[in-house]
Amino acid sequence: MSQTFTKSMARNIFYGGAVFFFLLFLALTFDTHQALPKRDQRHLLDSATEVGQRIAKGKALWEENNCIGCHTLLGEGAYFAPELGNVYVRFGNSKEAIKAFIKSRPENGITGRRSMPQFHFSDEELDALAEFLKYASEIDTSGWPPSKQG
Amino acid sequence: MKYQSQAVAKPYFIAAIALFVAQILFGLIMGLQYVVGDFLFPEIPFNVARMVHTNALIVWLLMAFMGAAYYLVPEESERELAMPWLATLMFWVFLVAAGLTVAGYLLVPYSSLAKITGNEFFPTMGREFLEQPTITKVGIVIVALAFLANIGLTILKGRKTVVSLVLLIGLTGLAVFFLFAFYNPTNLVLDKYYWWWVVHLWVEGVWELILGSILAFVLIKTTGVDREVIEKWLYIIIAMTLITGIIGTGHHYYWIGTPEYWQLWGSIFSAMEPIPFFMMTVFAFNMVNKRRRNHPNKAAVLWALGTAVMAFLGAGVWGFLHTLAPVNYYTHGTQITAAHGHMAFYGAYVMINLTIISYAMPILNGREANSPRSQVLEMWSFWLMTISMVFITLFLTAAGILQVYLQRFSDNPLPFMVVQEKIAIFYWLREFTGLVFLIGLILYIWSFFAAAKDAKAGVGAEPTGAAA
Ligand code: HEC
Ligand code: HEM
Ligand code: HEM
Ligand SMILES: [Fe+2]
Repeated sequence: MSQTFTKSMARNIFYGGAVFFFLLFLALTFDTHQALPKRDQRHLLDSATEVGQRIAKGKALWEENNCIGCHTLLGEGAYFAPELGNVYVRFGNSKEAIKAFIKSRPENGITGRRSMPQFHFSDEELDALAEFLKYASEIDTSGWPPSKQG
Repeated sequence: MKYQSQAVAKPYFIAAIALFVAQILFGLIMGLQYVVGDFLFPEIPFNVARMVHTNALIVWLLMAFMGAAYYLVPEESERELAMPWLATLMFWVFLVAAGLTVAGYLLVPYSSLAKITGNEFFPTMGREFLEQPTITKVGIVIVALAFLANIGLTILKGRKTVVSLVLLIGLTGLAVFFLFAFYNPTNLVLDKYYWWWVVHLWVEGVWELILGSILAFVLIKTTGVDREVIEKWLYIIIAMTLITGIIGTGHHYYWIGTPEYWQLWGSIFSAMEPIPFFMMTVFAFNMVNKRRRNHPNKAAVLWALGTAVMAFLGAGVWGFLHTLAPVNYYTHGTQITAAHGHMAFYGAYVMINLTIISYAMPILNGREANSPRSQVLEMWSFWLMTISMVFITLFLTAAGILQVYLQRFSDNPLPFMVVQEKIAIFYWLREFTGLVFLIGLILYIWSFFAAAKDAKAGVGAEPTGAAA
C-alpha cells in the first residue's frame, strides 16, 4: 500500500466503519421489531390462551428433545431429516397426522433407513408439539420454501 | 520462548487437538449414518453425534484461541502474563466442563440432560450449536471473563501493539455476543433473529478479528517484514470485515419471518463479505514474498498461506455462491449450506489455529522449529487434510445441487427422503474422503512425536537463512 495511505487512516476507517455500521444495524433491528407483529403470528402466543400455552410447551419440548439436531426448521438446523417449518402444510393441514407420525416411530428404528427416535410423548405433549409446528408454518416467510416438500 | 508464562498455552493446544480428533471421529459416525441410516441407532442417534461433532469443534477452536492469546500476548506486550495461575486454573475448569457436557450428551437422553440441569428454569438448550446445558453456558462465560481479565491486564500493563489490541477487541466481542445465547423467547422469529447474533456475528465478525491478528502475528515472526506494514494491512482487512459483515447478517434474515427489505440489505452487504478474505490472501502472499528472513519453520508458513487461501475459498467463494437472496431461496438449508459450513470453518478457523500451533509448539518445546523429517510429515498432513476438505466440499456441493433440483426446482418436486436416497453416492464419497482426512490428522499428531524423538537424538531444524 502506498505511503500516502497511513496506518492511522486505516485505523480510523476501522473504528469509524465498525461504529457506523453497528449503529445502522441497530436501527434496522429496531425497524424489524416494529414490522414483526404483522408477520410473526405473535397473537397466537398469548400465554393467557390455551393455544399460547400449548405453543410455549411445544417449543420447550422441541428444544429439550433436540429435534433441530436432525431437522431444519425454517431452513435452519440439521440436514439429515425433512424440513418441519411446513410439515403442517405437507401433512394436509392436520395436527393429527403429525401426532400420529411422531407417535408411531419404532423403538429400534427402521432397518437401513434413517431413523427417528421414539420419544414416548403423552397425548398432551404431542398436542403441544403439533401446535408449535402449526404455528411455525403460519409465520410469514416470504414464500419460502419453494416447494411443499420443504 | 521469551516469557515463562507463555508456557500456559501448551495444555490448551494439546487439549484442542485431542478434541479435534473426537470431532472428526463423530463426523465419520454421522457420515456413515447418512447412508446407513440405522448405524448405531438408537444408542447414538444422529442428533447426538452432531452435537458432539459441532460442540467439540467450537470448544477446541475456543481452546486454541485462548492458547494463541496466552502465547502471543506476553510476547507482544513484552512482559509476563498477569496471572498465569488463573490461566492454568481456567484450563482445567474449561476442560472438565466440556468433558462433563459431552459425557452428558452421550450417556443420557438429551431430555434427561435438560431435566438434570434444570433447563426448565432458564431454557437455553436445544438450539443449533447452543445445545450446551445452561450451566455449561454460564461456565463458558466465567472462563471467558477470567481469560479476558488476564490478557486485558497484561496488555494494559505492557507494550500495546495493534496485533494485541485487535485480538483483545475480537475476544471481547466473542464474549459479548455469546451473551445472546441466553436469550430464548417463545417467539420463534425473535429466537432466530438473535441466535444469529451469536453465530453470524461470531464467524463473520469478531472471530475474523482474532483470525487476522493471529495471522499478522505469525507473519511478523516468520517473515521479518516491518510491523508497520503488517499492522496497516490488519486494520484495513478488519475494517472491511465489519463494514460488510455486520449488515451482512441480513443474509440470514430472508426466510425466517423478518421483513423483506433484508433480502436487499443482506444480499448487497454479504456479497461484499468476500473482500476482506481476498485481501487476507493478497496480504499473506505479499508478506511472504517480501520476507526478510527464511524462518526455519516452513510448515508454519505453509499453514499461514493455506489459511489465507482456504478461508477465501470456503467463506468467500462458497459463501458468495449462496448468499444472494434469489439463490438462497433455493439453497437455504440444503447440502450447499453444509458444504460451505465445512470449508469455511476448516479454512478459516481450523487452519489459523493449526498455524499458530505449528508455529508455537516447537518454541514451547524449546526449539525454534521441528526437524526436517517432522516438518515433512506435517506438510503431508497439511495437504491430506486440505485436499480432503476440498473434495468433501465438492461432493456436498454436488449433492446439494441435485437436492435443490429434485426437491425444490423441478416440475415435480420429490419428498426429502426420496431425494436423499437418490444422491447417496455423494455421501459415500464424502465418507471415504473423511477417512483420508482422519489419516491426515493422524499424521499431523505423529509429526509432533517425530519432532520430539528427533530433538532427543539431537537432530535440529535447518539453520535460519537470509531471504533469497
Ligand atoms: C435422530 C434424528 C431425529 C430426531 C432427533 C428427530 N427426528 Fe423427526 N425425523 C427424522 C427422520 C429420519 C425422519 C424421516 C423418517 C422417514 O421418513 O422414515 C423424521 C420425520 C419427522 C416428521 C415427518 C416429516 C415428513 O415430512 O415426513 C416429523 C413431523 C418429525 N420428524 C418430527 C420430529 C420432532 C417433533 C422431533 C423432536 C421431538 C424430531 N422429529 C426429532 C429424524 C429425527
Ligand atoms: C475440520 C474438519 C471439519 C469441520 C470444521 C466440520 C464442521 C462442521 C460444521 C460447522 C457442521 C455444521 C454444519 C452446518 O450446520 O451447516 C458440521 C456438520 C457435519 N459434519 Fe463436519 N466438520 C469437519 C469434518 C467432518 C468430517 C471429516 C465428516 C465426515 C466424513 C463430517 C461430517 C459432518 C456431518 C455428516 C454433519 C451434519 C450435517 C447435517 O446437519 O446434516 N465433518 N461439520
Ligand atoms: C469464516 C467465515 C465463515 C464461516 C465459518 C461460515 C460458516 C457458516 C455455517 C456453519 C453456516 C450454517 C449455519 C447453520 O447451521 O444454519 C453458514 C451459513 C451461511 N453462510 Fe457462512 N460462514 C462464513 C462466512 C460466510 C461468508 C463470507 C458468506 C457470504 C459471502 C457466507 C454466507 C452464508 C450464507 C448465505 C449462509 C446461510 C445458508 C442457508 O441459507 O442455509 N458465510 N455459514
Ligand atoms: Fe452469515
